[in-house]
Amino acid sequence: MTRYLLAGGRVIDPSRNIDEVLDILVEKGTIAKVGKNLSPSNTAKRKTGGDVTVLDLHGMLVVPGLIDMHVHLREPGFEYKETIRSGSEAASAGGFTAVACMPNTSPVNDNRSVTEFIRMKAAACGLVRVYPIAAISRGMEGTSLAEFGDLADAGAVAFSDDGKPVMNGGLMRRALEYAASLDMPVISHCEDVNLSAEGAMNEGFAATELGLPGIPSAAEEVMVARDIILAGFTGTAVHIAHVSTAGSVQMIREAKARGIRVTAETAPHYFTLTDDALREFDTNTRVNPPLRGREDLAAIREGLSDGTIDVIATDHAPHARTDKEVEFEYAASGIAGLETALPLSLKLFGEGVLPLDRLIRVMSTNPAGILRIPGGTLAPGAEADITVIDLNGEWTVEPDSLRSQGKNTPFAGWAMKGKAVMTMVGGEIKLTTP
Amino acid sequence: MKLARKDILGIKELSVEEINLILDTAESFVEISTREIKKVPTLRGKTVVNLFFEASTRTRTSFEIAGKRLSADTINISASTSSVVKGETLLDTARNIEAMSPDVIVIRHRAAGAPHMLARMVKQSIINAGDGAHEHPTQALLDMMTIRMKKGKIAGLKVAIVGDIAHSRVARSNIYGLTKMGARVAVAGPATMLPRQVGEMGVDVYRRLEEAIEGADIIMMLRVQTEREHQNIFPSLREYARYFCLNGKNIKLAREDVLVMHPGPINRGVEIASDIADSTSSVILEQVANGVAVRMAILYLLTGGES
Repeated sequence: MTRYLLAGGRVIDPSRNIDEVLDILVEKGTIAKVGKNLSPSNTAKRKTGGDVTVLDLHGMLVVPGLIDMHVHLREPGFEYKETIRSGSEAASAGGFTAVACMPNTSPVNDNRSVTEFIRMKAAACGLVRVYPIAAISRGMEGTSLAEFGDLADAGAVAFSDDGKPVMNGGLMRRALEYAASLDMPVISHCEDVNLSAEGAMNEGFAATELGLPGIPSAAEEVMVARDIILAGFTGTAVHIAHVSTAGSVQMIREAKARGIRVTAETAPHYFTLTDDALREFDTNTRVNPPLRGREDLAAIREGLSDGTIDVIATDHAPHARTDKEVEFEYAASGIAGLETALPLSLKLFGEGVLPLDRLIRVMSTNPAGILRIPGGTLAPGAEADITVIDLNGEWTVEPDSLRSQGKNTPFAGWAMKGKAVMTMVGGEIKLTTP
Repeated sequence: MKLARKDILGIKELSVEEINLILDTAESFVEISTREIKKVPTLRGKTVVNLFFEASTRTRTSFEIAGKRLSADTINISASTSSVVKGETLLDTARNIEAMSPDVIVIRHRAAGAPHMLARMVKQSIINAGDGAHEHPTQALLDMMTIRMKKGKIAGLKVAIVGDIAHSRVARSNIYGLTKMGARVAVAGPATMLPRQVGEMGVDVYRRLEEAIEGADIIMMLRVQTEREHQNIFPSLREYARYFCLNGKNIKLAREDVLVMHPGPINRGVEIASDIADSTSSVILEQVANGVAVRMAILYLLTGGES
């Protein structure tokens, strides 16, 4: 196996509060050493006598491999939207070294064979680590628990009915308890479907003007409240997916202060766009939960800033053109986010919302911790999952150039600053850009 | 003056000058419909396609007559795919029609934004004949034309719009138009029929019909869609009528010379009492007559005509 010396980059490792120019020596797929001036002449060669490939990373940011804990890879069943391969390519291009994929495939990932299938396909592709998230309920029908133990044994890292809320509070309670006994996280898609009903966008002034049926923020918030109460009552942990409203942020902040084990994620579109983006009826702005109002966007940023929101995840939801080239109300919900997440998140750094070390924490260290998976650290001995970022790399979002099969981005034509120029997974280079 | 735009998608985008241009042109067309031979050759050789994805008698007929009085060839297509995409997509339908080289496509669709999507995709002029609960620009224009002809002005008048504002494209287009033209607009309905932050559209918001129509020069009653009862927008037609039906008693709160309008079709005894609908205050049938003139004006202006 090739040995690498990542030389001269600015290393940010939130797991050890490191932020300085350091060299990293990668051997046998793991991080062997992190230190100053680990030049090949005085370390590697002398030690082993073998060659080491030196990568000059002066001016680059070297961070623990980015982890996206919320993606939809669509396979099995919806290969016309995305496959495990195209999704892996998109993730890698976006700078990720690991993703966790949601179970709303066809068939649903509610049994060992689907979990094993996803892992097998992902391994054959090998660009990123793919961690399957299994369904909470059989068929995601919200009535009976899937076989959590067997799924965990097959390699599932969490349980979620994402895409569909668990409307039955009794089932959610049992899921939290049963998962806790396996030390497995439960990820909740918070949406009261009676409140969201036939809604197509945030219920606010933009919806009033556009005449589109609204999804009130209350549809999310009543379920966030329920899940916080259930987590508190049962003494279990719950992770809230794709937080989009100010009210959710406030409840999560208060719950954390009371010691309830709640964690939360948001997606780049919720801290970048508001429902004003829908005014041209661009179906690429249709997403669930919907783009919200200005106060919500500000609250999401504040929640990220003060640590209420633990994770930035993309909720990468690729769709085929045919799913989106229809009337707004008939269009599929979702944004393909893997390849724009990093620069959009870096804008938060540029705008003073998040310092770089916190940004890397919410995109790597925290999701690793919540999912109890390797990664999120550059500590010696850890698997060498590394992302190298050029903070000044400028590029323009061109949907046709995206690696994902899903070209459904509301950021088409946006000028971006910052991109991943290299990723390493288990000590192997997976992404290099000139 | 010419109308410098390809499409008429909504009143929101129109300037006061454009609205006046359309109304002036429409007024000049009124006379054609009074002739014995109700036809002029203005749009001879032009093709107008009425593409209706939602049931409509009044608006479709009005567009058809408008086109025919200007000698355009008008074709009606009633597509029944009103529910979620079955078979051919809107885009494919539009491209097929586009390939037959019409000059104007008039579209009615239950999904808000459908005409906008079409306008981006095809090169023909698109006229929005109603998209979901979004806009119904020709209705608002014919309403404004009726008000202007009857009252001599729009600015300074008090207009009350009563009923299901949340689900009404007529309400939205009229709010945009009337506020642009300087009228004071009041809306009223039960809270379930008032969309969030509707006041930010520049209107006064009331929960009771009586408050909204007090001193009004114009009262526009909106049609109650009976299927909303099942969505718990209101408990029953009986109860709705009890609180929101314009009748001989509550109309006395308005100015004596009040005009009563309704986009039709009316539910007699639900949002409007029969004797009011048939009274001298009612201009409901003038609205229909003016609808033809407004649509003639828009077809004419969009195909390059000048006033």
